[in-house]
Amino acid sequence: MTFINYAAKEINCKIVYYGPGLGGKTTNLQHIYNKTAPDRRGKMISLATEADRTLFFDFLPLDLGSIRGFTTRFHLYTVPGQVFYDASRKLILKGVDGVVFVADSQTDRMEANVESIRNLELNLQEHGFELINIPYALQFNKRDLPSIMPVDEMYRMLNYKREPTFAGIAPQGVGVFETLKSVAKQILVELRKK
Amino acid sequence: MPTAYVEVYEEEFERLEQALRRLRYDSNAKAVFLIDKNGQQIAAVGDVEEFDTTSLASLTAGNVAATDGLAKLIGEREFSVLFHEGQRDHIHISIVARRAILLVIFDERSSLGLVRLRVKRASTEMDEIFEDMNRKENRGPEGQVETSPFSEITDEDIDSLFGD
Ligand SMILES: Nc1nc2c(ncn2[C@@H]2O[C@H](COP(=O)(O)OP(=O)(O)O)[C@@H](O)[C@H]2O)c(=O)[nH]1
Ligand SMILES: [Mg+2]
Repeated sequence: MTFINYAAKEINCKIVYYGPGLGGKTTNLQHIYNKTAPDRRGKMISLATEADRTLFFDFLPLDLGSIRGFTTRFHLYTVPGQVFYDASRKLILKGVDGVVFVADSQTDRMEANVESIRNLELNLQEHGFELINIPYALQFNKRDLPSIMPVDEMYRMLNYKREPTFAGIAPQGVGVFETLKSVAKQILVELRKK
Repeated sequence: MPTAYVEVYEEEFERLEQALRRLRYDSNAKAVFLIDKNGQQIAAVGDVEEFDTTSLASLTAGNVAATDGLAKLIGEREFSVLFHEGQRDHIHISIVARRAILLVIFDERSSLGLVRLRVKRASTEMDEIFEDMNRKENRGPEGQVETSPFSEITDEDIDSLFGD
């Protein structure tokens, strides 16, 4: 739900990083946090378990400068990936403007990827959104690991609507900003159509 | 297009701020925040510099969302008020107009009873302001004074955001 404040001249958009557990969603946000100038980012909040698994969400507010005189902010959220946190995932999708799906490239995680995209589709529908209409980018993360599936095969398996796709190695920052930019641009283009 | 927009215009923004200021004064609170249910701050008054307001907004919305989820699980529509008691500072959270969250931070200079009472009055007032906002939103662009400034966003505008 893009929030436009004409009085304060602000646009606020919400981007949710979705995907199976341990795929690299939190790592994407950490990299963005580390590489963004302190005056352009807020605090990164991680509601995590003691074992560092996302419990509810991670949150990172980014201030990307202004567009047509309006300060443009993106609020990035991640969801907890494990199957049993579905109720929390649904809550976080509320009012979403765009989704980044972080897929795990390891061959033995393909089923988890497929299941998670299906879960995304259903949970969006509960909020009255269709994945087919929503700004969306797909990241094939963990390209540095040994037993991974080739990118074109992953594309055939996971692409939903010919969305922009990016190969990623999140801890090294590979593909991280490219993915974010892609979805942010799609959101702003929607705003133009408004 | 499925994406929905919340839009706040000058006039209602000022009325909301005024209502918040009055609430803060009447309840002797440290700060009062109005937050959109998706976690974005709409307005804030009081000692706001003391707080990380962006984080506050996001966590408050998360808190309300989780509590709403709990309510549904036990067959309630929502829990209308949340209260968190600290050693020094306390937090009172309530819903206004079904779509926004009112967060009051107060200490020993006030009391839960006083806050509750004043919040009730302020909520009625804010309900009305939100109704006016809804009317404006539904009326669409022709009802506005100016056309959307975003229809003219260029690809260059977008690229410049990322310093490309
Ligand atoms: N080798 C490698 N490890 C990664 C990559 N991305 C994330 N990880 C690691 O995978 C683990 C889970 O990442 P995390 O971001 O917490 O996953 P999340 O559950 O999707 O939030 C962490 O130990 C990360 O350091 C990657 O591209 N390559
Ligand atoms: Mg995580």
